[in-house]
Amino acid sequence: MLKCKLVSFLAVAFLFAGCSKKEPAATTAGGTPTRKILRYGNGTEPQDIDPHVVTGVPEQHLIQTLSEGLVSEDPQMNTIPGVAEKWEISPDGLVYTFHLRADAKWSNGDPVTAQDFVQSYQRELTAALASEYAYMLFNHVRGAKDYYDGKITDFAQTGFKAIDPRTLEITLLQPAPFLLHAMNHYAWYPVHIPTIRKFGGLDHRSTAWTRPENYVGNGPYVLKSWKPNQVIVTERSPTYWDRARVKIDEIDFYPIELADTEERMFRSGQLDITNEVPLTKLAVYRRDQPRSVRVDPYDGLYYYRFNVRRKPFDDVRVRRALALSIDRESLVKNVTLADEVPAYDFVPQNLLGYRSENSFQADIAEARRLLAAAGYPEGRGFPRVELLYNTLEKHKIIAEALQEMWRKNLGVEISLLNQEWKVYVDAQHSQNFQFQRAGWIADYVDPHVFFDLWETGNGNNDTNWGNPEYDRLLHSALSTHDNTARFAIYQQMEKILVAEMPIMPIFYYTHARLISPRVKGFYTTPVDNYPWKYADIDP
Amino acid sequence: MLRFIARRLLETIPVLFVILTATFFMIRFVPGGPFTAEKAVTPEVMRNLERAYDLDKPLWQQYTRYLRNVLLHGDLGPSFKYPNRTVNEIIAGKLPVSLELGAEALVLALVLGLTLGVLAAVKNNTWIDYVCSSAAMTGICLPTFVLGPLLVLLFAIHLGWVNASGWDGPADRILPCLTLGCVYAAYIARLTRGGMLEVLSQDYIRTARAKGASEVRVIFKHALRGGLLPVVSFLGPAIAGILTGSFVIETIFQIPGLGREFVNSAFNRDYTLVLGTVILYATLIIGLNLLVDVVQVWLNPKLKFE
Repeated sequence: MLKCKLVSFLAVAFLFAGCSKKEPAATTAGGTPTRKILRYGNGTEPQDIDPHVVTGVPEQHLIQTLSEGLVSEDPQMNTIPGVAEKWEISPDGLVYTFHLRADAKWSNGDPVTAQDFVQSYQRELTAALASEYAYMLFNHVRGAKDYYDGKITDFAQTGFKAIDPRTLEITLLQPAPFLLHAMNHYAWYPVHIPTIRKFGGLDHRSTAWTRPENYVGNGPYVLKSWKPNQVIVTERSPTYWDRARVKIDEIDFYPIELADTEERMFRSGQLDITNEVPLTKLAVYRRDQPRSVRVDPYDGLYYYRFNVRRKPFDDVRVRRALALSIDRESLVKNVTLADEVPAYDFVPQNLLGYRSENSFQADIAEARRLLAAAGYPEGRGFPRVELLYNTLEKHKIIAEALQEMWRKNLGVEISLLNQEWKVYVDAQHSQNFQFQRAGWIADYVDPHVFFDLWETGNGNNDTNWGNPEYDRLLHSALSTHDNTARFAIYQQMEKILVAEMPIMPIFYYTHARLISPRVKGFYTTPVDNYPWKYADIDP
Repeated sequence: MLRFIARRLLETIPVLFVILTATFFMIRFVPGGPFTAEKAVTPEVMRNLERAYDLDKPLWQQYTRYLRNVLLHGDLGPSFKYPNRTVNEIIAGKLPVSLELGAEALVLALVLGLTLGVLAAVKNNTWIDYVCSSAAMTGICLPTFVLGPLLVLLFAIHLGWVNASGWDGPADRILPCLTLGCVYAAYIARLTRGGMLEVLSQDYIRTARAKGASEVRVIFKHALRGGLLPVVSFLGPAIAGILTGSFVIETIFQIPGLGREFVNSAFNRDYTLVLGTVILYATLIIGLNLLVDVVQVWLNPKLKFE
C-alpha cells in the first residue's frame, strides 16, 4: 500500500515537469511588454555586500550595481561623473575637491552628502572593523594610516573633509596620479551610516544591515531579495539620480560555481550572460553561435614566480633561460583558447596609453646559451625543480605544456606539484616554493598597479627579489604629475624587470563569456566593472 | 529496549565530544587560514582581522569559548566566509533543502532498488535477473557527475521539459532526485538481491512453501524480512550521507543544500562552519546507526538488545 502511494507521488511529480518550466524572462504577454529581466551568472556566492568587509569579484559586481562612488568610467576609460558632478585637483596633485550632485539620493530617499563619504571612510579606517581594503585609503590619504593605527583619534585631523554637504575634500600624502581610476574600486564607495548604526554598530563585521529588508544603497539598482546560493534579485532604483538612463527593470545574479552548469543553464535559456565558458565548449560556440561568444580584455597577468633565494633561480641566467624558451603563441592558441595575449612584458598593453618599449622576445638559442653559461649545458646537471600550482585543470594543462617545451627546448626536467588553494597561497606568502604559478588582476586601471607589485618587500611580491634603483624610480614616478613623464619612468622600471626577470610573464588574461544576442549595450571595463545602467535587453 | 537506547545515547556524548575536539584542532593545523588570500592584506589589517574573530587569543581559550557557546547557548558562531550570517542560520537555511532532496531521492532509491533486487532474486538466472542486475551494475558504475549532466541534456536541453538547474518549483526536484536516487537504488538492488538469494535457500522458506504458502506470501512475508538485513545495515550511513546533501549533485544542479557548505567550508577554512557541519553530520550518523540497530533487532529474531 505504502509503495503504491510512493509510486503515485513520483508519477505526479513527473507530471509537474511539463508545466513548471520557467518562461524566458522578458517576454510579452498579450502585447503588453513585461518587465525586462536580465539573468547573470555571477560566479560564487558573495560573502556579503558590505563594501568595507568583502574582497571578491562576485561581490564587486553586486556592489557596483547597488552603490555608486564619486566617479565612474566610460568604455574608453575616461573618468566620468558619478555622485560627484565635477571635481578639481590642486596644482601640486595633493588636494582633490569633489562637488556632489544635488539629486544624488540613497534608496530610502536621503540625499547623498559629503558627510556620508567622510563617515564611510572613517568606518573603513576603524581598526576594529578590520576592513581588508583599508590600505587602499591609508596608503594614499593624509593621516589615514595614523587614524587606522590609533595614533590619532580625531578623524578631522585626516585628509578627509566635508566642506559643506555637497563639497568633499581629500588631501593626499603624496601625489597619486591614478587616484580617480582607483576610486572606481568599491573600497571608495559610500555606505549608509544610519542604517549600519541601526543594525549593530559601525565597527561590527557581522551585522544584518546588508539583508534585503534592511539594505540602503545609492546605486542604479536596489536589493530586492537574496536567497543564499540561489539568486540575488536587484531592481531598478526609483531614487537613483540617473534613473532615466537605466533600461533593465531587474537584474538577477545567480551564484554558479561550475562553468558547465552555467553553460547548460545558458543553453536552456535560464541565463542571459554567463561568468565563464567551459574551455571545451568555446570552439563549438564560436563555430555554431559566434554571436553568443564575447571575449573582453581583462587587466591581469598570468605568470610564473621565481623564488630568487632558491637554487637554481638565484641565477638570473636560469630565470631568463626559462622565460625565453617557451612558445607563448602556441600556448594561447592551443591550450588556453580564449584569445589571451602572449606576455613579453609586465604590463597589459595600452593600459591608459602605456605601451612597453622594452619587451623581450622568445629566443631559444639565447636561452640555451644562458643555461650553459649558468653551468647547465643542454640541461645537464640541472637540479630538481618543482613547479607549484593550485589544483585546477586549466593550470595543470598550461604547466604540462610548458614542462614539455622546456624539456624539448632546454633539456631540463621540471616536475609539477599541485596544492589545494589555501595551502598553495600559504606556501606563496611564506616563500616556501621554488617556482610557482601566479596571477595578478589590477584593482584599478593604471600601469602603477603592475609596477607597485615588485617593490622590495611589497606584501604581494613574494619573489624575494628587490632592486633599490627600481624602488627609487617607483617613488619618483608618483611625484610626477603628468602621465607622459610618469610612463617614461615606468619604461625604465620595466627594463630592469626584463633584465632581472623575477617573474616569468606568460599571457595577459581575457574574460570569455556567453551572452545572449538579446542583450544590448553591455560593456565591461578592463577591470571587469559592468556599468549596468547602459545595458538593455530585447523582449 | 529503552535501556539499550538510553545507554547508546549516553555513549554518544563522549563520541561527539571527541569528534568536535579533533575537528577543532585539526582544521587549525591545516596550512592557510580563513583570511589567507592571494592578494595579501597588510600586517596591521591581518592583526585587526584576527582580533575581530578572537583568533589572536591562545588556541585553548578559543576552544573553551567555542565549547561554552555551543553547550550553553547552542551558538555555533559567526561564519568567517559569510560575515552577515551565523553558522546556525546557514545550517537552518540549508539543511531543510538537503533533507528534502535526500528524502525524495531515498524514496526513489528504495522503491526502485527493492523492486529490482527482489525481482532479480526471485527470477534468479533468468533474463529478468540479468536485466535487473545489469541495470544495478550500470547505476553503481555511472558516477553522478556523468548521469546528472546526461539527464539535463535529455530532459532540459533537448526535450525542454524541466530547467537545467535551480531549486524553485516541484519540477526542479526531478532531475537531482533521479540522479541521486539511481545511484543508491543500484546499491540497494544489489544488496537486496544478495540478501534475498541467501534467505530463499534457507530451510524455513522451504518449510513455508511445504505448508502451502503462496509464492507472494513466501517472498513478502517470510523472505523479505530476512533478505533486507544487508540493506538495513547499508541504509544507516547511507541515509546520513543522502540527507546531509551531496556536493556533486548540489553543484551540478545549483541546489542550495548543506553538502556544498560541508565541502566548501573546509576549502574556505571557515572554522566555525566546518565544526557546525561536522557536528551535525556526526550526530546524524550516530542517530541513524542507532536506528539501524533497533530495526535490525526487530527484523532478525536471532538478535537481542544486548
